[in-house]
Amino acid sequence: MAFDTTQLIPLLPEIILLVGVSLVLVIDLMVTDKERTWPFMLTLFTLLAAGCTTVMLADGTTQVVFDGTYIRDPMSDILKASLLFLAVPVFIYAREGLMKSGQWRGEFMTLTLFAILGMMVMISSNGFISLYLGLELLSLCLYALVAFNRDSSKSAEAAMKYFILGALASGLLLYGISMLYGATGKLDFPSIAQAVVGKESDIVLVFGLVFVVIGLAFKFGAVPFHMWVPDVYDGATTPVTLLVGSLPKIAALGLAMRILVDGLGELQESWQMMLIILALLSMALGNLVAIAQENIKRMLAYSTISHVGFIFLGILAGSDEGYRAAIFYVIAYAAMAAGAFGVLIALDRKGLEVDQLHQLKGLNEKHPWLAGTMLLLMFSMAGVPPTVGFFAKLFVLEAIVSVGLTWLALVAVFFSIIGAFYYIRVVKHVYFDKPTDDVEVEVGGAAQVMLAINGLAMLALGLFPAILMNLI
Amino acid sequence: MIALSDYLIVSAILFSLSVAGIFINRKNLILLLMCIELMLLAVNINFVAFSYFLDDMAGQVFVFFILTVAAAEAAIGLAILVVLFRNRHTINVQDLDTLKG
Repeated sequence: MAFDTTQLIPLLPEIILLVGVSLVLVIDLMVTDKERTWPFMLTLFTLLAAGCTTVMLADGTTQVVFDGTYIRDPMSDILKASLLFLAVPVFIYAREGLMKSGQWRGEFMTLTLFAILGMMVMISSNGFISLYLGLELLSLCLYALVAFNRDSSKSAEAAMKYFILGALASGLLLYGISMLYGATGKLDFPSIAQAVVGKESDIVLVFGLVFVVIGLAFKFGAVPFHMWVPDVYDGATTPVTLLVGSLPKIAALGLAMRILVDGLGELQESWQMMLIILALLSMALGNLVAIAQENIKRMLAYSTISHVGFIFLGILAGSDEGYRAAIFYVIAYAAMAAGAFGVLIALDRKGLEVDQLHQLKGLNEKHPWLAGTMLLLMFSMAGVPPTVGFFAKLFVLEAIVSVGLTWLALVAVFFSIIGAFYYIRVVKHVYFDKPTDDVEVEVGGAAQVMLAINGLAMLALGLFPAILMNLI
Repeated sequence: MIALSDYLIVSAILFSLSVAGIFINRKNLILLLMCIELMLLAVNINFVAFSYFLDDMAGQVFVFFILTVAAAEAAIGLAILVVLFRNRHTINVQDLDTLKG
């Protein structure tokens, strides 16, 4: 296939991001001020430019370029646009937190931007090679970021565990991919989808599928492959936890959709059962263990695990409605997680991280705005109407009921009710308990405004869910 | 003539050894990193064997990418190991127990 420059147009967001991150890398070497205003502004500008380009390129059509290794379709557009726009608050919160702990270095920006580039490549991959490269670009940046706090032995331990389990997951995924390659002889998703027709019981194919699903579950952090999630959330410094807990979930959904739906859609009966088991275990263990946590970062880690169960429910429905519900859920979840860690960062003091539940006591008396934001975010995570979390859960449940899995919907609702307990416990601490100390909350203007927008967006999208749903 | 299944069995054995190594080894983190490399090499044998027997080049191209990524992964892994050693003064797997997953 001859190459012409028009093939580069669908890649414009990635190209802009790559140029931007290279510039940030070089400019950061020359700045001397501690706030690093210029590289930071350039980072935000790059993200917004790439996001706007993604939106402009989105016309509802599908384009495949570079010999079938890269695809731009409506799903990649919505996932990439939400990824890039959500990265803006993530950066604002992270800057606030890292400035407080004196670790605001240029590497954070470059590594995070490269991780976002990896996520975009992953979302847009149309074959296993580009998918693997995007996945590794993302993972390698995240391993380094988790160890960002060089002097903390907790961070180093978390990074090591994340690295080993992440590499193990990549290895399992690759082994599965090699089996799929052996069974079909192809590496790009459309050809694989054609090749598996009528081979549903091919033993090599099913063997490969099992490994691929295990690899996916590791990357998502679904039970029983969740061991790294609480350790990484707890061990990493909060700004990094904020990053690990929000954006990669969007990319992981893209990964799952590309492999399971685009590539192996014909094997839906086989992977549906595996996903049901993963989803059930994730919802049960995530919600039950979260109750026992005193550390709020670990609590949010187990809450992530339970939300992953819900995202799997959307995928395993196997209908367009289910996929849309999963996309809606993952975007809403990423925004909620970013906000929740943002509030924790806002409460951090110089050299001291807030990570215990009791440190939130009496927040309403100290800082009513932050308390209100936390209230909206926790209600949204618990799925209380009229916040967006309620509609995210509703769409997923609707999708699985309409494919006849009513019992699964009932179990999901049951565990959500259990889960509501620990979210509402946070609200109780914030509003009805007396403060245990009288330390003032110091939070920068940009982060404060962004947090308020973030909290109110959860409410606005809950009141008008169609704004987001119509885009998907 | 060596059959495809022979290659697959060798790579399956290597793969199982590396996974077992990751879970059984309680002593040394460097061994863990070696197990991860071994796992990727087992996958490479799979790809090359399939590629040869299916007469399709794509598998061998994939192997080159995996080799490159494996090198980058080893670099990151060793860097984290150095950070860990500076903080803990040990690379014993059993001592990694501050965080309880």
